[in-house]
Amino acid sequence: MTGAGPELAWRVAGGVADPELPMVTLGELGMVRGVECDAAGGVVVRLAPTYAGCPALAEIRADVAAALRAAGFAPVRVVTVWSPPWTTEWISAAGRRKLADAGIAPPGPVPARGGGPVPLVLGARRPAVACPRCGGRETEEVSRCGASLCTALWRCRACREPFEHLRGV
Amino acid sequence: MNDEAWGVPEAEGGRWAFGTGFADPLHGVDVAVPAGVDGAELARVCVALADDALVGAQRLAEWVTRAPEIEIELALANVGLDLLGQARLLYTRAGQVDGSGRGEDAFAFTRSAPEFRCLRLAELPRGDFAFTVLRLLVLSSARLAVLERLAGAADPVLAAVAERGVAEVAYHRLFAAEWVVRLGDGTAESRRRLRRAVVEVEPWLGEVVDDRVGAGLGVAAGAVRAACARDWRRVGEEAGVRLPLPAPWDRAPGGRAGVHTEHLPVLLAELGSVAREHPGAAW
Repeated sequence: MTGAGPELAWRVAGGVADPELPMVTLGELGMVRGVECDAAGGVVVRLAPTYAGCPALAEIRADVAAALRAAGFAPVRVVTVWSPPWTTEWISAAGRRKLADAGIAPPGPVPARGGGPVPLVLGARRPAVACPRCGGRETEEVSRCGASLCTALWRCRACREPFEHLRGV
Repeated sequence: MNDEAWGVPEAEGGRWAFGTGFADPLHGVDVAVPAGVDGAELARVCVALADDALVGAQRLAEWVTRAPEIEIELALANVGLDLLGQARLLYTRAGQVDGSGRGEDAFAFTRSAPEFRCLRLAELPRGDFAFTVLRLLVLSSARLAVLERLAGAADPVLAAVAERGVAEVAYHRLFAAEWVVRLGDGTAESRRRLRRAVVEVEPWLGEVVDDRVGAGLGVAAGAVRAACARDWRRVGEEAGVRLPLPAPWDRAPGGRAGVHTEHLPVLLAELGSVAREHPGAAW
């Protein structure tokens, strides 16, 4: 391992595909928070999980460790970072584009939360989500929970196609 | 199963599902207890909140293959999965700070009912869909109020779990509230079911609104009651039903003291059956 360690480690860890959303990488999702290399070729990677209950978490950690070992790093440590918590704001522009290309409407902006209680807002219109297939804005939410923990089910009234929407959290 | 084929890091030994398997959810997190934090009290709070989540998740999972629509089934299962994730982190934290060194599986699978500290409302049988969404509204209003305050806890691990949990539980509350409104504002049958659910949850509300679970870690007395009053009034007005706020609870020992209904042992028997039959199993 040479002096190019940190950039290489960042590229390798960030380049691992997400097991639930394989069209995007962990780097594009904003899950890689940091890498630290030592002179002996070891590396520590800091990963921020998306959801506490994400069933893919152990698999993600294993994938990252395997990729780094394959790139010549040893020993490899993957450290979990819960704070500051991951939000969809961490997803990069490239990640959002790839999600849309794969038929998953990317999350919209998330209102910043102050320190106070989260208000319960009933009957609020969901912010418009553009159909990732035809671009139409006449869309509606079918279900708040989709096939995975992070997605909701939507439908486009223009092209009649259902699509998934990565919920903004 | 060959570890290499799974690409599991050597250090994690290939463990994957129960007994086996989940890697420590706090893997790699700094586990030191900050000076001035009472480890025993911290563990008590973590266990109580984890028990609410684990038992609640198990009841929600009972809807899988039984829900009225597949979207509802997914939604209920996903809410349960969020809670299970919170439970795993909280149990792991409790085992780190209570001096026992127990892992999450020991908390989940090897304790008997009197050792659980969940609210009794969480353990009542699944009921119908109206009962399920009304109970979810009640429990998530209260849990959200506690987590919002624990997000500022002195223990950084609990604070981080709470901060992440706030976003999740706020979503559970909204999902439940919208369904309560739809049932109350729906057909004669859905209104009848919702009103029946109100009667069914009412005896258990005192323990929820006067819960003092986070008191030792700075959650102000009355914070949960105030939050529940606000949320339930708002939902009740929209749904056309009254969600009664109970009189101050008489402090008879309840779930937080290990006194439970007859339903919890049955739930735990099923939950821990694989763990008991195959102790330490790995696959």
